[in-house]
Amino acid sequence: MTSAGLARAAAFLAVGIAFPFVFPAAWLVNIGVLTLMYAALATSWNLFSGYTGYVTLGQVAFFGLGAYTEAIVFEHVAIGSGYNPFYVLPLIGTGVALASLPVAWIALRTRAMTFAIVTLTLLFIVQQLAFNLHSVTHGSSGLMLPTPTTFGVDTYDQPFYFAMLGILCVALLLCFGILRSKLGLMLLAVREDEEKARGLGIRVTGAKLTAWWLHVFVTAMVGAVWAYYLTFIYPESSVDPLVMIGAVLMTFLGGRGTLWGPVIGALVLVPAQQYMLIHLGGGEGYLIGYAAVFVVVLLLMPRGILPSLRDVVLRTRERRRTRRMEARPA
Amino acid sequence: MHNVVQAVILGVLIGGVYALMASGLTLVFGIMRVINVAQGALVILAAYLSYALFSHLHVDPFLSVLVVTPVMFVLGVLVQLVFVRSLRGRDSEELSLLVTWALALGIEGVLSLVFKTTYRATLPSYADKTWTVLGYQVEFVRLMAFILSGVLLVLLSLLLTRTKFGRAVRATVQNPTAATLLGVDANRVQTLSFGLGVSMAAAAGAVYGVIYPFNPGSHYDLISRLLSIVVLGGLGSLGGAVIAALVMGVTEAVVAVEWKPTWASFTYFVVLIAFLIVRPQGIFGVKERAL
Repeated sequence: MTSAGLARAAAFLAVGIAFPFVFPAAWLVNIGVLTLMYAALATSWNLFSGYTGYVTLGQVAFFGLGAYTEAIVFEHVAIGSGYNPFYVLPLIGTGVALASLPVAWIALRTRAMTFAIVTLTLLFIVQQLAFNLHSVTHGSSGLMLPTPTTFGVDTYDQPFYFAMLGILCVALLLCFGILRSKLGLMLLAVREDEEKARGLGIRVTGAKLTAWWLHVFVTAMVGAVWAYYLTFIYPESSVDPLVMIGAVLMTFLGGRGTLWGPVIGALVLVPAQQYMLIHLGGGEGYLIGYAAVFVVVLLLMPRGILPSLRDVVLRTRERRRTRRMEARPA
Repeated sequence: MHNVVQAVILGVLIGGVYALMASGLTLVFGIMRVINVAQGALVILAAYLSYALFSHLHVDPFLSVLVVTPVMFVLGVLVQLVFVRSLRGRDSEELSLLVTWALALGIEGVLSLVFKTTYRATLPSYADKTWTVLGYQVEFVRLMAFILSGVLLVLLSLLLTRTKFGRAVRATVQNPTAATLLGVDANRVQTLSFGLGVSMAAAAGAVYGVIYPFNPGSHYDLISRLLSIVVLGGLGSLGGAVIAALVMGVTEAVVAVEWKPTWASFTYFVVLIAFLIVRPQGIFGVKERAL
């Protein structure tokens, strides 16, 4: 890790930990929880789609599966309240991710646009399952989770804030590790030219499935924390196409395939989203505003903030160097 | 047995309408590698236009197709010029997917603003008319919708096979660079066929409102069906889309009758996934390379 990278990570962690103590107002911490949630979702989307080039539009299906698993576990197994439900998160993540592998194997046989559509279909399948498996999910009437009573009224949001922060850090560490590992090289090779990569003897299916497993692992944990935070989930809210498109939009805004891009995207867009929600209401005005922001981002900045910034920096450096060369007498 | 045959009849009639909607989607993909996620929202928009014409001016929904389709054609051309054409470069395919998704959200928002979110239905005087043929019931409006879809699909395929424009379109599908070198104006072909794709959605939407009640959020249900139809048929294949739409219509109708209506579309999704194990490129699709 370079010293600049280390400094960036330390600064991010320091600000992340300090935020709820500096701004303890519940509504601000609430926005913090949502921002971290979207940042974690966008980072794990980036972990799979940003590195492999396979665009998945089904990520939120596994967010919903994580949320429902948490709620169903709560209903049937006494895992206690307070902090205890946070400790089962890795188990939920592992379980959902393992269960998703057969479907992923089928979906990954298709390419490009077909893959995007098949994964989008997964989103609708899981939503239908949530509606139809009435005996475990209670269909459209939704599932209640017990409200934790030990967290205190003033600091209620804080444990969830730190849970989301922890998951985001796990996601970022995974991304960082992958970018520097052989797996990362394999995934980049898949993104550039899968046939050629296979021809060179890279186990492309294994690499793709590993990245898939990791992204579902993170996503399902985020969903589980979200369910515990809201204490009430139903099919439309837990498998929401708007959440999916939000995570994708943030990754595009920040910059795909970069480490910090999705986090920056979430930092910009989630507060904007909450602002619109307050000022335009939850209904149609919000939808129109969201669509407008979306189109503007995609049309004006299709490559994202970080890659555009990097271009500017590189260009100025290049210009300075040429100027210095010209100034020097030949 | 009687129930199953009845379900098959129903499924084929509905499948025809879905085939018309999906034909526009797959045509646009074939020509410019763009998946128009807003196709479902455009169908609903057309349904509302036809509903407004019917409830304010008392225009018959089947006649309103003549008004709604040209209007939506112009809208489609505008969408292509403003949103789709400006996307360039290596990621333009995924970007188009997201831009049209945003467009769908925008249309949903505007429709909720204008018409509110209560369910509407266009109910002409003959809405309940049913014919009994050999003991099987055939609803008049569904039969009319099927015939209209069939006629439009035949017209579309005639346009593609018998006219100069159609030849330019097919050339662009096969090899865009070669087509341009031979004097095909690629921009013109793309814009016009996007408009054409949207007008297919429009015609189907105008009659959709007669068959089903709808609200601005109905486009999610529609687009999930339409996308799975074009994937099963093979992206870009018109014939594949028609067959897949019929398969979906019949599967859903039979499952609804023999098992439970709530599992109908789920079963079709399972059929789709199972089929993709055997043939990832769909019925008539060509194998895609990675991006």
